[in-house]
Amino acid sequence: MLKLENLCMTVNGDNGQGREIIRGLNLEFEKGKIYAITGPNGGGKTSIAKLVMGIFKPNSGHIYLNDEEITNLSISDRAHRGITYAFQQPPRFKGLTIEDLIKIARPGIDQLALRGAMRDVGLCPEDYLMRDVGPGLSGGEMKRVEIAQVLARNAKVTIFDEPEAGVDLWTIQKLIGILYNKFKDNPESITIIITHNENILRICDEIMVIQNGLVQARGTREEIWHLIKDDVECKMKEQCGELLTYEI
Amino acid sequence: MKFDNLSLELLNTISNLTKIPNGAANIRVDGEAVVCSSSANVTITPREDGQGFTLEVKPGTIGETVHVPVLLTQTGLQETVANTFIIGENSDITIIAGCGIHNPSHNDSRHDGIHEFIVKPGARLKYVEKHYGQGQGQGKRIMNPTTKINLQSGASAEMEMTQIKGVDDTFRSTIARIEDKASLKIIERLMTDGDQSAESDVQINIVGKAGSGQILSRSVARDKSIQVFKAALVGRVECTGHVECDSIIMDNARISSIPELVAEDSEAVLTHEAAIGKIAGEQLIKLMSLGLTEQEAIDVILDGFLR
Ligand SMILES: Nc1ncnc2c1ncn2[C@@H]1O[C@H](COP(=O)(O)OP(=O)(O)OP(=O)(O)O)[C@@H](O)[C@H]1O
Ligand SMILES: [Mg+2]
Repeated sequence: MLKLENLCMTVNGDNGQGREIIRGLNLEFEKGKIYAITGPNGGGKTSIAKLVMGIFKPNSGHIYLNDEEITNLSISDRAHRGITYAFQQPPRFKGLTIEDLIKIARPGIDQLALRGAMRDVGLCPEDYLMRDVGPGLSGGEMKRVEIAQVLARNAKVTIFDEPEAGVDLWTIQKLIGILYNKFKDNPESITIIITHNENILRICDEIMVIQNGLVQARGTREEIWHLIKDDVECKMKEQCGELLTYEI
Repeated sequence: MKFDNLSLELLNTISNLTKIPNGAANIRVDGEAVVCSSSANVTITPREDGQGFTLEVKPGTIGETVHVPVLLTQTGLQETVANTFIIGENSDITIIAGCGIHNPSHNDSRHDGIHEFIVKPGARLKYVEKHYGQGQGQGKRIMNPTTKINLQSGASAEMEMTQIKGVDDTFRSTIARIEDKASLKIIERLMTDGDQSAESDVQINIVGKAGSGQILSRSVARDKSIQVFKAALVGRVECTGHVECDSIIMDNARISSIPELVAEDSEAVLTHEAAIGKIAGEQLIKLMSLGLTEQEAIDVILDGFLR
C-alpha cells in the first residue's frame, strides 16, 4: 500500500510569497488497483506524483510504501523501492537513443522485452530504437517513449501523468488495452493514472478528483462521473449563458 | 613489430585497433614510424627528415580505410610532424588518425601535428581523429593540431575530431577552403577538466559557387578548465554555411564561444547557433527516477552529449 498522510507543500509564488499547492492531503492506494487522478488544471495532480517520486519534498506530512516511511528517501532510492513515474512533459536528451534510455530504465532487458515495450506504445522498434530522444522526436513520440520506459520497468507503483496527452486516437485506444491487460487486477502493482481522458477513467477502479491541492471527491466512475459532468456543464452555463450545442 | 601493452592500450583507445591493421597504415611511436605500409591504391611515403609523410590515394579508389595513429609513451618527448594527404579524383576513403600520450613524468610531452588535406574533384573523405592523454605525473600532455583542408570542385569531406580526455593544453587550428559544389562538415567534440585549457580556432572559406560548410561543436568543460571556441564562416559567393556550438558548463569552468559569419555575396546564406548551459535539472531528475544516482546520471548525460 502507498499512503500519503497529511501532506502539505508550499512553493514560491510569483509575488515572492509562499503559496500552498498541496494542503493536508490524505490518500491511500492499494495493490491490485488502478486509480485515476483527475481535476482542473493547476489542481495539484502532477505535484502529488512528484511528491511520491521524491522530486518534490513536502513541508510536512509523511509518505509510506508498504509501511516503510519513504518521505526522506532520494529519487533514486524510491526508484529502487519500485516507484516509477512517466512525466507529463518528458525532457529531451542529446545523444541518448531510445534504446539507451529503455536499457537504463530496465538494466539487462532482453531484446524481446525491449521490442515488446516499443510495440506496446505503437513504435516500430526497427524505425525508432536507434533514434535520439532529442529534438528530432515529435511531442507524441516523446510521450510514447516515456510510457515505453515506464512499462519496461515493471514497477510496483507506476504513475502515468496524462499518458493520453499528444498521443493520437489510435494509439490511446491501444494503450488503454495494454494498461488494462497489464495492470487490471494485477495483485503486485499499484497503478495511478493522472488523466483527463474519459476512456481511461473507464478502466480505473477508483477516481480521485483533485482541486486546490485537496481531494474534492473520490469514488468509482459511476459515482463520480455525474459530479464532474454537472460541474463542467454548470461552469459552461455560467460562462456562455447556455449549453453550447453543435449541429452536424 | 611488437607493441608493448601500454602502446596497444593507447592505440585501442584512440583508434579501436587491437592489432596492426592490414592495408595502408602509418603508426608512429615515440618519434618514429614503426609501421609504414602502402597498398595498391594508397601510397604512404615518409618525408626525408622522418617527421611525417605524404599519403596519396589513387583516383577512383573506393572504400579503403587507412590508419595513421601517433603514440607518445616516452616521457618529455616533444615533436612536430607534418603530413600531407592527397585524395585522388572520385575516390571514397576513410582515414583514421589520432594521438595518444602517456606521460607519467614531470616533463611535458607535446605533439604538434600539421595535417594538410587536398581532396581532388569529386572525391569523398571521411576523417576521424581522437586525442587522448593519460599518466599521473606533473608533466603536461600537450597537443596542437593544425589542419588545412582544400576541397576541390564537387569534393566532400566529413571531419570528426574528438578530444576524449587527459589533454592538458591544446590549441587547435583548422582552416578550410571550399571550391564550387564542394561540401565540408566539421564535427568537434571536446572534454576538459581539472586545470586544462583548450582553444579551437576554425575558419571555413567558401570560395566556390554552391559550396557548403558546416561546423558542429559539442563541448563539456568541468572543474576549473577553460575553453575558447572560435568558428568563422566566410562566404565569398553563393553558398550555404552553418555553425552550431553547444556546450555544457560545470563547476568553475569557463567557456567562450565566438562564432563569426562573413558574407561577401548576397546569395550567401550563413547561420549560427550557440548555446552554453549547465545540465538541465529535468534530465537529471528523469534519469534518477529510473534508478541512477546523481553522479551516474551526469555521466550518462555527458557521454551522450559528446557521442
Ligand atoms: N515548481 C513550482 N513552482 C511554483 N509553482 C508550482 C511549481 N509546480 C507547480 N506549481 C503550481 O502548483 C499548482 C499545481 O500544479 P500541478 O502541476 O500539480 O497541477 P496539475 O494538476 O498537474 O495541472 P495540469 O492539469 O495542468 O497538469 C499550479 O498552480 C502550479 O502553478
Ligand atoms: Mg499536471
